[in-house]
Amino acid sequence: MTALTLENLSKTYSNGHEALRGIDLEVEQGDFFALLGPNGAGKSTAIGIVSSLVNKSAGRVSVFGHDLDREPAAVKSSIGLVPQEFNFNQFEPVVEIVVNQAGYYGIARREAYQRAEIYLKQLDLWPKRNAQARTLSGGMKRRLMIARALVHRPRLLILDEPTAGVDIEIRRSMWDFLREINAQGTTIILTTHYLEEAESLCRNIAIINRGRIAERARMADVLRRLHTQAFVMDIRHALQSIEDIPGFTVSLLDSTTLEVAVSRDQGLNPLFSILSERGIEVLSLRNKQNRLEQLFIDLVKSGVETAGRAA
Amino acid sequence: MMPTTVCWVAFRTILTKEILRFARIWVQTVLPPAITMALYFVIFGKLIGAQIGDMDGFRYIDFIVPGLILMSVISNSYANVVASFYSSKFQHNIEELLIAPIPNFIILAGYVGGGVARGVVVGVVVTLVSMFFTDLNIHSYGVTLAVFVLTSVLFSTAGFINAVYANSFDDISIVPTFVLTPLTYLGGVFYSISMLSPFWQTASLANPVLYMVNAFRYGLLGVSDIAMWQAFAIILGFVIALGAFAMWLLSRGVGIKS
Repeated sequence: MTALTLENLSKTYSNGHEALRGIDLEVEQGDFFALLGPNGAGKSTAIGIVSSLVNKSAGRVSVFGHDLDREPAAVKSSIGLVPQEFNFNQFEPVVEIVVNQAGYYGIARREAYQRAEIYLKQLDLWPKRNAQARTLSGGMKRRLMIARALVHRPRLLILDEPTAGVDIEIRRSMWDFLREINAQGTTIILTTHYLEEAESLCRNIAIINRGRIAERARMADVLRRLHTQAFVMDIRHALQSIEDIPGFTVSLLDSTTLEVAVSRDQGLNPLFSILSERGIEVLSLRNKQNRLEQLFIDLVKSGVETAGRAA
Repeated sequence: MMPTTVCWVAFRTILTKEILRFARIWVQTVLPPAITMALYFVIFGKLIGAQIGDMDGFRYIDFIVPGLILMSVISNSYANVVASFYSSKFQHNIEELLIAPIPNFIILAGYVGGGVARGVVVGVVVTLVSMFFTDLNIHSYGVTLAVFVLTSVLFSTAGFINAVYANSFDDISIVPTFVLTPLTYLGGVFYSISMLSPFWQTASLANPVLYMVNAFRYGLLGVSDIAMWQAFAIILGFVIALGAFAMWLLSRGVGIKS
């Protein structure tokens, strides 16, 4: 079953800005889906329309078979939203924010408190339940918004930059939590600027650029399409220059740092053999750039060039 | 369409949240009108009122008590909704309601209910304060209660509409300062329009607050410059018109959706 269907979805704001230009998109039930794009590409507009915060100009939105125009209540009941900006009342206690949100979905207060306890505990916010939301750290506020979005147990969870400004440790624990939620059957749509987050969590991906879908594919297929990867190596002894290595593109970033481009079907063993023969001792090795990041940049760049040529 | 129980829980949630909001800051919301009205009673009722003598057969302080009570109900009902709803827009937590499957009439009813609750609380407090200065003998409980609640509903709805259009905190003080206060002061709180020249008597009839003040005065004292059927028709007419307009604004997403 399809969790979300967008058909020819368009949005032109009152100032004439065309944020979405007829996008078509399907997200399958149970998917962990990445919706990526540069700033201003139309991601938040698309999410805003699906979650009833933005009026669409044209097109159709359907969530689990319910049409947004004809059955808005059924669509809204199916969706949990974690928006990009903190949008709770900063002066309310944490538990009240979650319990009130449950109330808006018709969940009686006693049941709402029980659910709030479950999610606040899972997200390590229970000790802060009576604190005013404004006193929470940035990471806690992000987790509060996730607890609030889950309290009515939505089938589709939409996360708009859920880990922005969150330190790596908390981010990793949030990833684990989201994986668990997804494993339990909740479909998740994620937008993020941390592309390693999308690469790590998501099975399918769409990239929006300039209001259009620039790419829609399985994450694995997308990554497979990248022909080369760049590695950065720290070496023990300083070099003034480096000779060419057959089959590899090697350059010296500084006297103790090498950059090597390796094609996808090539192993690293020959490279290490040659480096060893030349007495170059490698101390550490890392990816120069996240693979998805490379693809993202390529797609966005090609989109800009296409638009430039069209103009 | 959402089941009735779901709508009821959602309404109760908004209403409770609104009541807790003004109750938490009672020093800002309930205490000031009590102090202000006590000053009105002392200065206009006791000190100046003693020099004025009777009005419509009542001591001046007795005459102004209904208008002052209603004035505090009007300003507090309005202020509660305009401040709360605009604040929700400003902090974006109005989105919590917009994404939920709540019918628009529940959102409106919840906020208006909060405004009415504050109007009632402040009205009761001001009435209690007034009893230190005058003996209240209610002429008609039905009329008093109906005008009290309907006026509160009307101005809560007006506050909601103001908040929908407001783009800054300045915008939520413009209407109370430049529209509401003049209409209330010129709405017969401190005088009977029979004291005015024929031209100003006719001009005063265009002021909707006049009908409410007089209807409330009738409920408490049994005297009014306006026929009751006319007063209730005007009040109900405004309640329906403003309510319909607020619903239209919500359905279009004016001021709250892009």
